[in-house]
This record gives sequence, structure tokens and C-alpha cells, in this order.
Amino acid sequence: MLISNMEVVPGKKIVQHLGLVQGSTVRAKHAGRDIMAGLKNIFGGELKGYTELLHDSREEAMERLQQQAQALGANAVINVRFSTSSIAAGASEIFVYGTAVVVEDR
Amino acid sequence: MDLIVFLVLLALGFFFGRMAESRHYKRIRNRERAYRRLLVMPQRIPPIEFARHDSTLVTGSVVISVDYFKTVAAGLRTLFGGRVGAYESLLDRARREAVLRLQEDAKRVGADAVYNLKFETSRIGQNAGNALGSVEVLAYGTALMPTQAMREQRIAQRNQAH
Repeated sequence: MLISNMEVVPGKKIVQHLGLVQGSTVRAKHAGRDIMAGLKNIFGGELKGYTELLHDSREEAMERLQQQAQALGANAVINVRFSTSSIAAGASEIFVYGTAVVVEDR
Repeated sequence: MDLIVFLVLLALGFFFGRMAESRHYKRIRNRERAYRRLLVMPQRIPPIEFARHDSTLVTGSVVISVDYFKTVAAGLRTLFGGRVGAYESLLDRARREAVLRLQEDAKRVGADAVYNLKFETSRIGQNAGNALGSVEVLAYGTALMPTQAMREQRIAQRNQAH
């Protein structure tokens, strides 16, 4: 499936709009990683564990978005946006949304 | 006793934080030089020469933590107001790193350019109280890749030139 954050798809024609599709996951931080994070708050630097965690969550949210789009019969999702919010201490929501469309070669 | 712990943490943060930052900046500059030819643009619509390219979403993200010294320095700064340099460099590093990772992703899919670049910044880590613990920066955009036919044409042109 074609995923893009532009509102047009180069070389393709949008023949049908199928509406909003979305995917989200809520992830909690790992206690072990939190200890590492505490150390990093002294020394500074990248928190690789969190980078990975958020990356994986985002992949999962994308997967759910694609499933929704597929169920609608779309072959592309355009205008994709990401949003992250911390909804509770230690847990954050990763949200992705976009427009499901059917595209054809021009 | 508490004061000693505080001063030790401050010193550790100062030295290791400063070292980590200068090392990171050096790495960022080297990679930026290497990736300069892969265009990353915030324009919403790509120019006409990309009208027939294939496209896909590419992303790059990083979570980066501030060191203890900077947390304290930034805390003091809020008493007087003004520029908080400690956080400025943190965000600068995070954004540049995120873009570099996006460029790596774009290179992996064989892109010529990335358009419609967007940033998303969020705070991570409640263990730091009111202060900034760490930030996540996500950079995403649409990578434009040459189609199979274009690649073949390019190879043919290159062979003709020789």
C-alpha cells in the first residue's frame, strides 16, 4: 500500500476518497529502561531503548491504519500525520491518521 | 552530604554531557556533509521533475536526554528569564539527528529527494518532574524514488556519455 504525507501522489490520479483512517497504540515505559533513562538524565545522550520503543509503537499504529484502509478497499493513504501525547505518567499514545484513497496510474 | 552528591552529579553532568554533546555534533556534521546531495524539503508539493516518481513515507526519530548540569542551569535560568541555551542545543541536536535518520531511510529506498518534511516534538519522562527530562523528535516526509523505467533510462544515458 502506498503511504504518503502529501495531498497528491506524483504520477497517479486519485479516483476515489474513502475518508479518514487511523491507527493508535498506547505504550508504557519499561522499568529497566527507566533506570537507564535516570542515568542518562545525569550524563546526557540518546536513550536508544526509548527510540526503539517509540519506533516499534509507530510501526504498529501504521499497521492498524493500513488494515483500516485495506478494509475500505483503498490502495493508498495520503496526507498522513503523526501525533504523540503522554496520557498518563509513564504512558504515551502514538497516533497516526490519514485519508484513504483509491489511486490509478495516470 | 546532600550537597556533595549534588556537586558530584553536577560535575559528572558537566563533563560527560559536554563530551557527549561535542561528539554528537561532530558526528552530525560529518553525516550532514555525506547526505547533502539528498534533498530534504519542507515544500508541500514537489516540482514538476518529480511528477512521475514513485513515492513512499519515510521517517527518522530520536529520543535524547539532557544532562544533569543542563537541567540545573535551565532551572536557574527560569528564575531570571531569557534564552535557555541548554535546551536549545538539545533540540537542535535532536532535530538534526532525526533528519539524518530520515535521510538514511530515504537512501535505503533509493530516493532522489524528500518533500513535505514535517517535525513532531514530544516530551518524554515524568521522572524529571517539571524540568525537561528528554525529548523525542520525529521527522517524516514523502520520499520520491525514480521508477524502474527512469533508472534504466539513466543507465542508458550514462553509457552513451562514455
